[in-house]
Amino acid sequence: MTDLLALTLDDARTGLAKGDFTAVEITKAHLDAMAAARPLNAYVLETPEQALAMAQASDARRAKGEAGRLEGIPLGIKDLFATEGVRTTACSRILGDFVPPYESTVTRQLWQAGAVMLGKLNNDEFAMGSSNETSAFGPVVNPFLPANWSEAQGRAALAGDKKGLLVPGGSSGGSAAAVAANLCLGATATDTGGSIRQPAAFTGTVGIKPTYGRCSRWGIVAFASSLDQAGPIAKTVKDCAALLTAMAGYDERDSTSVNQAVPDYEAAIGRSVKGLTIGIPKEYRVPGMPAEIEALWRKGAEMLRAAGANIVDVSLPHTKYALPAYYIVAPAEASSNLARYDGVRYGLRVPGKDITALYGKTRAEGFGREVKRRIIIGTYVLSAGYYDAYYLKAQKIRILIKRDFEEVYAAGVDAILTPATPSAAFGIAEKVNADPVEMYLNDVFTVTVNMAGLPGLALPGGTDASGLPLGLQLIGRPFDEETLFSLGAVIEDQVGRIGAKRWW
Amino acid sequence: MSVDAATIRRIARLARIDLPEADVPAIEGEINAILGFVAELDEVDVRGIAPMTSVMPMGLAMREDVVSDGEKAAAVTKNAPQSEDGYFLVPKVVE
Repeated sequence: MTDLLALTLDDARTGLAKGDFTAVEITKAHLDAMAAARPLNAYVLETPEQALAMAQASDARRAKGEAGRLEGIPLGIKDLFATEGVRTTACSRILGDFVPPYESTVTRQLWQAGAVMLGKLNNDEFAMGSSNETSAFGPVVNPFLPANWSEAQGRAALAGDKKGLLVPGGSSGGSAAAVAANLCLGATATDTGGSIRQPAAFTGTVGIKPTYGRCSRWGIVAFASSLDQAGPIAKTVKDCAALLTAMAGYDERDSTSVNQAVPDYEAAIGRSVKGLTIGIPKEYRVPGMPAEIEALWRKGAEMLRAAGANIVDVSLPHTKYALPAYYIVAPAEASSNLARYDGVRYGLRVPGKDITALYGKTRAEGFGREVKRRIIIGTYVLSAGYYDAYYLKAQKIRILIKRDFEEVYAAGVDAILTPATPSAAFGIAEKVNADPVEMYLNDVFTVTVNMAGLPGLALPGGTDASGLPLGLQLIGRPFDEETLFSLGAVIEDQVGRIGAKRWW
Repeated sequence: MSVDAATIRRIARLARIDLPEADVPAIEGEINAILGFVAELDEVDVRGIAPMTSVMPMGLAMREDVVSDGEKAAAVTKNAPQSEDGYFLVPKVVE
């Protein structure tokens, strides 16, 4: 009997098409694995009844010869996507037991392609975090064990306070952990400053943040609207391409979604990269960068060169300003977006003597510490007298960051190769007493891409000395996700998959 | 630029978040750490640069000015902490 959990999405599609197993069988296998993996805390809500009903309907469609691109494929959904009739919380207490009466555009398109929903995945509260530790449901455990840990040691920590186990990254920590632990064949995720790519790098999975406007934001809980994009996390580059093909597309309900045809991204897999020009930006060689990250980066460039690509040095001079500018723009937009959580229309309400007291108490109790900190920063930088000095200036710097990329692309560069993160996964609670800026530095390589609205693909590039996955990032031209998939497939062919062994 | 405790209290009130007095010093320290970090932007010359207003260069789509959705009061108020007859209930606002 095939191990249904070990299959990639593409393998599973083949098996389903050949009739080796049914959608119900592969869905059941995943539901059982999810139940056995609850201590990892990847799922915040399992929806077994809905999953089996969707799987049965999928098998019925297949029997009638109506199979879609993702027919019968069980997926996990980040709890930031509104799912009709299924609790959606953004992993915040303030949304409480919110049950959306509507479905997000991205998930609706996935169900139209035949996919099956297994449940809702953990994330940092309102997607604000880089370790999944700000979730109201508690941290997610990375399926990779820390260096030199025995499986028994891992199990003991899992039963206890989880300290020392590794974070899966964030904010899409549940998505990345569930994919790495074989608890779904793929997952939806969102990325505002690195929330798809950093967790993918920490868990040996593949994730793509598409070009801003490629996927509809309608029905996704908003964090920073000019930076947020949805994308998939999956086991392979091809699986990511299959998911993005179904998720992407124009939606008149999102005024920033772009009306441009969606290519079949899977067709880009296996395309030759001969003659493509790949830029290596010198500004990404940050002070104190570990030697193994440097080596990983060099190896990645060598793989592309061996496949016929030209490797050139490029300069993106405003790189170092991206992270500080992000920490003005993102909190500013968040403070505005999160004004809607006021205890009146949905979610938590804490009574007060008047409406103002009700707002203040509800928001004090409903939001976690990181979210409050960002709302306060955002309110400050938008307040009278500071708007020009902070917000307006940061939006001007975004233009300079974007222009850096435009100049490099205009000079003939097709894509840019960088490390995805400055380190491998760190420990749960390890950075709890650190200054918030230390946590923010996780996104130093990814955030430029959001600021400029570009597509970025993160995929495994190798491991560190202790066997933990390290990720590479490919940054593309606007709406040229295809080149990223072609290049990613070349690297993946050389590196192979970096899988976690089951120990939980 | 840095902020003092009084500014933190004022901003928290603007953001409608009750901040217990005991939490003010910690938040003040964290906010100042972030402001110190973003101060790096002071060295960037942005004279003559227009701020970003649209991430992808495009105009906003137009559509017919017609009602395209609605008549869903029950669905809209379904998640409300308190509602009655299709209205959200809140403490009395106007005396």
